[in-house]
Amino acid sequence: MASELINNTMRLRNLPHIWCPGCGNGILMRDVAQAITNLGLDRDKVVIVSGIGCSSRAAGYMNYNTLHTTHGRAIAFATGIKMAKPELTVIVITGDGDSSAIGGNHLIHAARRNIDLTVVVFNNNIYGMTGGQFSPTTPTGSFATTAPYGSIDRTFDLPTLAMGAGATYAARGSAYHVPQTTKLIQDGIAHKGFALIDCMAVCPTYYGRKNKKGDAVKMMTWQKENVVLKAKADTMTPEELEGKAVIGCFRNEPEVPEYTAEYTKLIERLKKA
Amino acid sequence: MVNKRLIINEKWCKGCGICVAFCPKQVLVLKKGKVTKANPDACIKCGQCEQRCPDYAIYLEKVEEGAN
Ligand SMILES: Cc1ncc(C[n+]2csc(CCOP(=O)(O)OP(=O)(O)O)c2C)c(N)n1
Ligand code: SF4
Ligand SMILES: [Mg+2]
Repeated sequence: MASELINNTMRLRNLPHIWCPGCGNGILMRDVAQAITNLGLDRDKVVIVSGIGCSSRAAGYMNYNTLHTTHGRAIAFATGIKMAKPELTVIVITGDGDSSAIGGNHLIHAARRNIDLTVVVFNNNIYGMTGGQFSPTTPTGSFATTAPYGSIDRTFDLPTLAMGAGATYAARGSAYHVPQTTKLIQDGIAHKGFALIDCMAVCPTYYGRKNKKGDAVKMMTWQKENVVLKAKADTMTPEELEGKAVIGCFRNEPEVPEYTAEYTKLIERLKKA
Repeated sequence: MVNKRLIINEKWCKGCGICVAFCPKQVLVLKKGKVTKANPDACIKCGQCEQRCPDYAIYLEKVEEGAN
């Protein structure tokens, strides 16, 4: 008993999922499924690759070719798949820790090569699965089991990090803003090159509880009231943007050579030589 | 015109209250930890609940003309 979208895109036998009540991951996983559906992609030509974490459980629920790999290594596995079969659409679903802590090196090098992967980060600003340790995206001053007096670390802004490393598509979405985030994921998948979509999740169980952010409704309401669309943000002053989060597409450069296409050209050239 | 019907799958509902909070017409309430329709006639079939239900437990289903 499920909607047409869920029936067509999920492994119903594995639902309901294990995520906590109000966890944003379910909303974001639906956005990914909706984006793939909107693009009309053949299920057999889509691969979902994940690492380890609450977020990475998504690979077990989605009814495509799926690979649930090891912590931090989803992008490395995805790179191998895309190199072997460039005709596949390869989507990585990962966490903030998985993609930017243990897996940070894979992230920057995939971005640098501009390999045609779409990395969707379910960014809950914490290590959810292991009980609430801080991650590279935990806001400075926030509490975590490993930051009992507040984190003194500065943070990674993931789209900025990806762009700095050479990503040709970089965007941010949020759990509350469903149609906008779905479109950003869809455009990232359609993009021929490396795409990263940083999706603001909500983890009421660890990030929320540790930081007195209230329940899932309260955390979603924060997004509703404080997330600004990029077009609007572009007209606002830094003072007006204080304490706000901006969602939208920050870079979309389709003309840059894509890695597997260049590799194929190299093979063709050597065959002729 | 395609009619739509609001369906609740109680088995999947974890009672987070997101659909209740963001329904623009206050159609929904939580009862014993599960969502129910308190005010079904007010539903405008906008799908805000379906979009944000993390558990896929509430959704609009198309119904054939003539069926209710
Ligand atoms: C090599 C290795 N180191 C550490 C772990 C323990 N571990 C599992 S998930 C995780 C962090 C997950 O955080 P994130 O990627 O943000 O995912 P979330 O659970 O928040 O969705 C860690 C450290 C592991 N499984 N493997
Ligand atoms: S711990 Fe946090 S991220 Fe993990 S399932 Fe629960 S709410 Fe979601
Ligand atoms: Mg996380």
